[in-house]
Amino acid sequence: MEKIRWFWVWVIASLIFRLVFIYFPNDFILGSRAEIATPLTSLRRLAEGYWLKQSSMSPYAGSMYHGSPLLLSLLGPLTVLGTNGQPSYLLCSLLFVVADFVTAVLIRETGWKLQMAYSDRLKSLNLDKVLESSDILPAGDIASLIYLWNPLTIVTCLGLSTSPIENLMVVLSLYGACSGLAPLTAFGWVTASHLSLYPSLLVIPVIFLLGYGPESPPRKLYLQKTASSNGNNPVLGDHFFSWRPVIYFLLWATIWSSYFLFLCSISLKQYGGLPEMFKRTYGFILTVEDLSPNIGVLWYFFAEVFEFFRDFFLIVIHLNILFMILPLAIRLNHRPCFLAFVYIAIFSMLKSYPSSGDPALYLALVGLFVNELADMKFSFFLFCGYVGVALLSPVMHNLWIWRGTGNANFYFATAMGYACLQIILVVDSVSAMLQHDRMLQKLSRAQS
Amino acid sequence: MFVILIFFTVLAQCFNGKEVEVVEEEEVFTEELLLRPLPDRKVLTHFHFEHKAPFHHQHYRLFPKAIHQLVQKFRIREMELSFTQGRWNYERWGGFDPVSSRNVKPPGVELWAVFDVPPNQVDETWKNLTHTLSGLFCASINFLESTTAYSAPVWGFQKISGGLRYGALPREAVCTENITPWLKLLPCRDKAGLASILERPSIYNGFYHSQRLRLISRGFESQEGVKPEIVLQQTLTAVLQSDSQRTMTTNYGKKLQTSWSIRSIFGRKPNDICVLAKSSTIFLELDRGLVYELNKLGVELDTTSADNAAFELTVIPTRVIKEEKSSLNEGSPVVYEFSMDKFSPGKLQDIGLTWKHPIVWACLQAPYHTNRFLMGSGNERGSIAISLRSTHSGMGSRIDNVVDGSKVEVVVFQVVPWYVKVYYHTLQVFIDGQPKMVADVVEKLHVSPSEDKVSTGAMEMILKFPSDANLVVLTMEFDKGFLHIDEYPPDANQGFDIPSAVISFPNSQASITYLKENFTSSPMLQKFKEKSVLLSYTEVLLVPLATPDFSMPYNVITITCTVFALYFGSLLNALRRRVGEEERIFESKGKFIYVGDSTKIRLVPLLLQKLFPKLRTHQQQPQSSSPSSLLRSKLIFKVILVAGLAIGWHFYFG
Repeated sequence: MEKIRWFWVWVIASLIFRLVFIYFPNDFILGSRAEIATPLTSLRRLAEGYWLKQSSMSPYAGSMYHGSPLLLSLLGPLTVLGTNGQPSYLLCSLLFVVADFVTAVLIRETGWKLQMAYSDRLKSLNLDKVLESSDILPAGDIASLIYLWNPLTIVTCLGLSTSPIENLMVVLSLYGACSGLAPLTAFGWVTASHLSLYPSLLVIPVIFLLGYGPESPPRKLYLQKTASSNGNNPVLGDHFFSWRPVIYFLLWATIWSSYFLFLCSISLKQYGGLPEMFKRTYGFILTVEDLSPNIGVLWYFFAEVFEFFRDFFLIVIHLNILFMILPLAIRLNHRPCFLAFVYIAIFSMLKSYPSSGDPALYLALVGLFVNELADMKFSFFLFCGYVGVALLSPVMHNLWIWRGTGNANFYFATAMGYACLQIILVVDSVSAMLQHDRMLQKLSRAQS
Repeated sequence: MFVILIFFTVLAQCFNGKEVEVVEEEEVFTEELLLRPLPDRKVLTHFHFEHKAPFHHQHYRLFPKAIHQLVQKFRIREMELSFTQGRWNYERWGGFDPVSSRNVKPPGVELWAVFDVPPNQVDETWKNLTHTLSGLFCASINFLESTTAYSAPVWGFQKISGGLRYGALPREAVCTENITPWLKLLPCRDKAGLASILERPSIYNGFYHSQRLRLISRGFESQEGVKPEIVLQQTLTAVLQSDSQRTMTTNYGKKLQTSWSIRSIFGRKPNDICVLAKSSTIFLELDRGLVYELNKLGVELDTTSADNAAFELTVIPTRVIKEEKSSLNEGSPVVYEFSMDKFSPGKLQDIGLTWKHPIVWACLQAPYHTNRFLMGSGNERGSIAISLRSTHSGMGSRIDNVVDGSKVEVVVFQVVPWYVKVYYHTLQVFIDGQPKMVADVVEKLHVSPSEDKVSTGAMEMILKFPSDANLVVLTMEFDKGFLHIDEYPPDANQGFDIPSAVISFPNSQASITYLKENFTSSPMLQKFKEKSVLLSYTEVLLVPLATPDFSMPYNVITITCTVFALYFGSLLNALRRRVGEEERIFESKGKFIYVGDSTKIRLVPLLLQKLFPKLRTHQQQPQSSSPSSLLRSKLIFKVILVAGLAIGWHFYFG
């Protein structure tokens, strides 16, 4: 009870912190920073798209807006309410604060569900010693507080980008899958993929989550258990892949996506319809047309690469994301939520227009696995690295863009360092998780 | 034999004579020069060469064949090409007379054309036209070919509908290689006639010069009452200073205006008449403000005398032309005409003006003085501001700029390249420093936003605001784009130019109607009589863009690819490592390297761990023969497969 109250105090404090910052008119300064608002998520571009649509032009005219037409209809009217006809983003900011709050609550619930399921399963394997030996942290609370108090999340929320909504949708689909709610999962997944394409990869962990249920120790352990307990085994029964929720999920995903496409086609009827939308949103993401600097590496790569090889490298870089899907899915299929985290980390490293909203999400998801990832080797190094890059990157950007004393290479170097940090995070967390599984295996072998 | 020869010669002469007669009826070339003293001791010189020729004609005697082919091939209805160096000083040299409103052009090259082709062929025709013109005039007009350089205004530029394309190259350097082909279009080139005084150094040392080529062809559609003809107007407007800068001070402390003559301005005087020209005339114009000041001094200007209280002309003018209605109390312009035909050839006089009395006057200004500037710093974003400052001059009856009581109408047309990404929703209007609702001031707005790397953005709008507004400012925010290294021009750090905005005042027309009694057939004065919309151009903006490191492509590619390889390799390694098996292997080897629970893997054991299984397989291979042959067949199969794939790839994509 004490703990719960303590948690809510911190949540409310973080919300008040955000509201105080919104009250001060600094939104524009953050909102046009390259690290926060990318061409895909910038609210200024959304306002421009809405203005174009209001003046009966295609919202995608002018290569300004590249987001979803539904987001335009939802957030667009909020951007024009202001004095003197000038845009004011106050209502949008409040909406993003609410989105952050809901995301945090959902992360907490997901964390609870994961922890309950995990301890149940360990008990069924008689491995509950693991739980007793080390003091178990409330992973859900930690993860949601990491999300709320992460400076990157705060900056994203205040910085007028639509990433809080994308993050909310991703977390919603994970939460739905953990609770076995197929319609909710499908809604979150379809919306997230509609908004930014990359979360569509999460279909694999989501299906695993629905089919196998949340995190569990490696399936081999159950087999060994069965073998050792001579056939009659109540443990194995609920660890087969159950198709029913998956089929429900697929059904609902079809329904939601056709519904979304229908709405989009209505709103873009006279401006080229769905082909235009796919070209301007997904096409824009895949072809990396905008070369303005962001925290990723692709903008500089494609600004420098020879035009002749552009298509080749586009294919190579997108395949880099796809190539790792299968090995990871095979190796981590018993931990679908962790798999989802790894996918999110990978695509926020390799996506065309990354922003500070992406690390905000996956760093919070790391918090869900604090118990399992306790023996990560480079955790301190990673922490220092993230702090260092977060401080150096704006400095280098300022030197290059505003003062003209630095050079693009300095900023690119920080982006490179950031990419390396993400690689280390992914590799280290994956190997720590596998290590944890090995430890369980060893314990179980020692028992039998 | 001799008789036949004579017969043929006579026949040929008859034929020739007949044709010459016909041509002389239809083909007309005139040359004129307007000189006007400017308030700041400079002289405005404005050459006007005009060709008129029938539209459907096989053979031209005077009209340049190149231009005729251009018109026929690209079906040009109207075209204007201008090369300009320097910026017209609207405040000092005026902006409300026919010369400045029609002939003043933005720096660099400006081209617009109206085509008589179906709408889907307009862009193609424009491309071909730009290439042809760049060849004709030795300029890089072909850069206007790409869609990122020109636009198709709907109504903001000129009120011509359909098939209009507009493009400008603000950075084009204009020099003698551009004027030489331009002069070649004249029948006498620069060997005789007025063009002979165009000495290159004196023109290019001037403060402003703009050479212009205007083409109007009527004849693609057969309309009743319209004579099918081609009109080619070549004008050259230059602001020059007399090289003899003798300044004399008087008792009043005022400086006497610089006296000048054609020779002192150009360094030459016309030596011969171009016999092919129908008429060649030099005009000396005293503008409104000057005449007003002279009238105050009581100087009589009506007579054709060469001498009066204020100034003295070196040559007695042929006649004096005055404006029709001098309803304004400011005085009306006076034009002295010097007809070159009246002078005997070889005795052409050096026309000049010598001041006797110090006079200070101001040129008539356009109702609003326009400026455009950038706001903000850094290479990420900024704002464009267009300001209209009321000049308070000439707001009398002459300017019918006032619509519905007390509203002024102004049209703004602006082309923005795609790398300046304008947020049109941030358009703000300030009148006298007060922010106003956009809808109250902007009556009509047409925006065609730019597409990245595909097309320019164009903005056309009609503003209506109270006539007592002193300062109207429009601001728009923009983000600066980032280009691929190949898209930067040489010397990328200099920045990029945004072409001038065109600001027009549709309700005020700059025209001078001269008295009927001294009606003249001079095409230039006829042109001044035509009512045309008052135009003014703003400054060219220089936008610096952030540049990448141009020497880095290889480094960036290799470093990035290394990082990706690092990611791929290390993640795959983490996934496929089976620690249990390794342990078993080492246990069997008798080496105890406990890897399972330890948090650190030492480097040397790790290497050994990787090496040993390989060594073992190598040792095993020679012992058994059948697996090796199997291996070999597998290898051969693999090689064939790869070769087949390569051939297939080459066949389909190579």
